[in-house]
Amino acid sequence: MYAFEIERPTSVAEAVTALGTEEAQPLGGGQTLIPTLKQRLAMPSKLVALTAIADMKYVRRDGDTLAIGGGTTHGTVAKEAATHFPGLAGLAARIGDPAVRNRGTIGGSIANNDPSACYPSAALACGATIVTNTREIAADDYFQGMFMTALEEGEIVTEVRFPIPEKSAYMKFEQIASRFPLVGVFVAKYADRVGVGVTGASNDGVFRWSEAEEALAGDFSADAVAGLTAPDASDMISDLHGTGAYRAHLIGVMTKRGVAAAS
Amino acid sequence: MPKDHGIGASTKRREDVRFLTGAGNYTDDVNVWGQAYVAFVRSDVAHGTLNGVDTAEAEAMPGVIRVFTGKDFEGVGSIPCGWQITDRHGEPMKEPPHPVLAQGKVRHVGDPIAAVVAESLQEARDAADAVVADISDLPAVVDMKQAVASSDTLVHDDLGTNLCYDWGFVEENREAVDKAIQEAAHVTTLELVNNRLVANPMEPRVAVGDYSRADDMSTLYTTSQNPHVIRLLMGAFVLGIPEHKLRVVAPDVGGGFGTKIFHYAEEAFCTFAARQIKRPVKWTSTRGEAFMSDAHGRDHVTKIELAMDAENNFTALRTETYANMGAYLSTFAPSVPTWLHGTLMAGNYKTPLIYVNVKAVFTNTVPVDAYRGAGRPEATYQLERVIDKAARERGVDPMALRRQNFITEFPYATPVAVEYDTGDYNATLDKLEEIADLAGFDKRRAESEAKGKLRGLGINCYIEACGIAPSNLVGQLGARAGLYESATVRVNATGSISVMTGSHSHGQGHETSFPQVVAEMLGIPEDQVDIVHGDTANTPMGMGTYGSRSIAVGGSAMVRATEKIINKAKKIAAHLMEAAEADIELKDGAFSVAGTDKSVAWGDVCLAAYVPHNYPLEDIEPGLEETAFYDPSNFTYPSGAYCCEVEVDPETGHVTVERFAAADDFGNVINPMIVEGQVHGGVAQGIGQALLENCVYDETGQLLSASYMDYAMPRADNVPMVTVDHSCQTPCTHNPLGVKGCGEAGAIGSPPSVINAVIDALHSGGFTHVTHIDMPATPNRVWAAMQG
Ligand SMILES: Cc1cc2nc3c(=O)[nH]c(=O)nc-3n(C[C@H](O)[C@H](O)[C@H](O)COP(=O)(O)OP(=O)(O)OC[C@H]3O[C@@H](n4cnc5c(N)ncnc54)[C@H](O)[C@@H]3O)c2cc1C
Repeated sequence: MYAFEIERPTSVAEAVTALGTEEAQPLGGGQTLIPTLKQRLAMPSKLVALTAIADMKYVRRDGDTLAIGGGTTHGTVAKEAATHFPGLAGLAARIGDPAVRNRGTIGGSIANNDPSACYPSAALACGATIVTNTREIAADDYFQGMFMTALEEGEIVTEVRFPIPEKSAYMKFEQIASRFPLVGVFVAKYADRVGVGVTGASNDGVFRWSEAEEALAGDFSADAVAGLTAPDASDMISDLHGTGAYRAHLIGVMTKRGVAAAS
Repeated sequence: MPKDHGIGASTKRREDVRFLTGAGNYTDDVNVWGQAYVAFVRSDVAHGTLNGVDTAEAEAMPGVIRVFTGKDFEGVGSIPCGWQITDRHGEPMKEPPHPVLAQGKVRHVGDPIAAVVAESLQEARDAADAVVADISDLPAVVDMKQAVASSDTLVHDDLGTNLCYDWGFVEENREAVDKAIQEAAHVTTLELVNNRLVANPMEPRVAVGDYSRADDMSTLYTTSQNPHVIRLLMGAFVLGIPEHKLRVVAPDVGGGFGTKIFHYAEEAFCTFAARQIKRPVKWTSTRGEAFMSDAHGRDHVTKIELAMDAENNFTALRTETYANMGAYLSTFAPSVPTWLHGTLMAGNYKTPLIYVNVKAVFTNTVPVDAYRGAGRPEATYQLERVIDKAARERGVDPMALRRQNFITEFPYATPVAVEYDTGDYNATLDKLEEIADLAGFDKRRAESEAKGKLRGLGINCYIEACGIAPSNLVGQLGARAGLYESATVRVNATGSISVMTGSHSHGQGHETSFPQVVAEMLGIPEDQVDIVHGDTANTPMGMGTYGSRSIAVGGSAMVRATEKIINKAKKIAAHLMEAAEADIELKDGAFSVAGTDKSVAWGDVCLAAYVPHNYPLEDIEPGLEETAFYDPSNFTYPSGAYCCEVEVDPETGHVTVERFAAADDFGNVINPMIVEGQVHGGVAQGIGQALLENCVYDETGQLLSASYMDYAMPRADNVPMVTVDHSCQTPCTHNPLGVKGCGEAGAIGSPPSVINAVIDALHSGGFTHVTHIDMPATPNRVWAAMQG
């Protein structure tokens, strides 16, 4: 780790000001950023911890929408979203281990956009809205490839707003070492459409499997998925844990299982 | 009623109190006043010419005391290798130098190039970033077969080859074996990889070097399984410090698994640097450094052929193995694929003809050396896999095929130079059938199938050689050390006892099980006996702990020393009771005169020895302290049978271990609970090897699995409850306790049954074209195998 300063503002406004310094960076739960710092892979001059901002920690239902504060931990989402949106609560409950879930935040996960992060698949599948200190961004416009998002320098994810589906499920096939998803699929069924968000698999980061969405919109059944051809293996990540062909195959299996498990 | 103390009792581990309450004293807890900190600059390329190292900028940085490079070590010895192998042609193995810091070339990612010593760790790391190594990249040697086939790129230019040795065993059998295989009714052939593993003890390595100008004394605190061995190797071969001026301390050690046997460059560096700068010098490995500097394990590529007659009797066995040595020869590396592997190729079977060929190869990777089981898991895996394959090819029951070929008469001299003293392989297999509930398998399979899963059953037998080792024998085989063990039993004036042992406990529970033996022999409470270990200053010269040798060899030394104590105490008791020595009996902590009611308590005898007012001073010395060195006359041969049941998800290839049972013959057992724990841990590591762990280099020699994000350790949910039985006991015939050792059995015995079970599951699902899947059987590999 290199030396850095740290601030702990108690409001979003103070945080935005603190982030005005050159080389300043927000710190959420630190579950991604701290290991990066320990390996000396980043050298921020100042960390602006968001954990003391009470206004960024909540799970709130407003009609058909579930709004989650950007500083809300995975553990809190797992508990408090359970009755409103069991698919999302199930996703949160399987991120990392208890220590990770009690520190890591939805805002940090969405901001980081790791190609194997779980939340982005739900955000895409649901057509969530990413709310920042300056604007609202549709999920389809927000995720822009591995580790790339629409966020500007110093912009803070303050809330993620999910339209609550009729039924949903997240299927996570774990990479055996990190236990991040090797392939994760979020299936969300609404009255008028079905969303299928896929993480862990593609060289372009999280994506919507539109063929499956179309097929499932007409017939929300595992059989509807069985007939589809898997996404192109050459677009998929190939590494020591899985070939592109294997990942492409798993997308089909996980989607099918997600449909069967949706509740 | 099970015993509640002494030999055979499941006494709770006394050391766990301090480990579990944060009161342990590990090497990183050692902080010496005035210590400086080291950061190593390590090569980030696998192979290159080291043209020079520019340290000027680093030296000018705040807090930097000194920056060392390979040049500083030109007058210093090479990190030595403790075992010399003689090849098929009678030539000694190739033994290249291994400098403490790289000289002329870097040979693996992680090879230390320079070391910065500074006032703080932060300053040392900052300055290490500023050291500039001028390296011209060379192509990397990674694949073993290519390394041998072509000499275009050499890890060590002076050797002219990447082949360390080409070993044949037993060379005289070669032609007979070839002929038997040619003439056999059936030959089963299997090519397989024994995957490279990283031991990953919970505690990373640490070294603290200290130097006292007052008495010219160097002290090294280090994470070691054998401090005396480190003192000898480092003192005599690297730094030229005689033993009386060098103390090595290995305090609490948080797991070793073999990887903390070896003498490492960082230990020599800290000891050397402390003498240079006249200040203590401390290095604590990061987890990332551990992946690229701790010796790795396994990494064999093997072809095995098993010949049978028409009645399925094994007639001959031939194996050819490429064994990775990595870039340098680690301390015991050459012995692992040879004497710890070839001599075990008979397994539990009476195959009359065996030939083992091993080609040890230098590559641009981290050195490979002993890891829990060391050679024996590699032998067991290939043998028990090829037998399973043979059973399928011949359409016979895999257990029946094994039973038919079992060795049943003991002692048994194998065709690979060892003599098994005892064993009963049918007994452990019978026991396994019972504890694994093989009778209920069909029902469990039907239940799995109802859930859409394939269920497979795999069994294997194993034999291992431990209690390492008879010194005269290993001397003939190339060991540059003896492998005895020592113990000093110091009886204090009021009867409490300190046992100074050359064994070292780093998780095995010696502090509990060793006192059980002494307490049993003397008839006193266990808590009156303490074990002292880990410090060359207060323990007799001993070879340490590995090769499941501690109770068999170290325990035997302790028994011998305690026998001497009893003999002397009887003399004292005879004097006190004015009786003949021959009439004195020791029972329940008191000496009595046979046939009388005269007795004297243990404590009174001890007191008499130290306050010799009424004492036979003309016949014996005062005091009650004895030392014994014990050199075993043979290896010990634990054996057993293991059973694994897996479920395979046919859509994803994901394997889960549903049940695991282990029936072991460890001879006599001192503490059944500790033995059970050793088997649990070993099986967890074996399941890890079979399904999860894999150390992977790419073709440029970059380590791809360099953190826990990519290197999969087994976790609690990967391992089922393991059913363990050790009631089949054929006591070892040649050590005083009749013990065989249990530390490695789990890791040796488990991988084949896991893979056998996976293959069985796939066959049950109709994937009969799959005859083998290399470890680790990851979901992707299993799925790919199913695709054909
Ligand atoms: C052992 C382990 C296992 C894990 N397993 C999983 C898993 O299975 N699935 C999964 O999805 N994730 C997993 N994670 C990652 C975990 O979910 C992280 O918590 C998450 O990715 C980042 O959230 P954080 O709050 O910790 O962010 P931090 O690490 O603090 O920050 C990450 C990045 O986001 C920025 N940032 C943080 N908060 C905000 C904000 N509100 N607005 C703008 N930028 C912000 C930071 O500047 C930084 O660049 C795992 C992590 C660990 C250590």
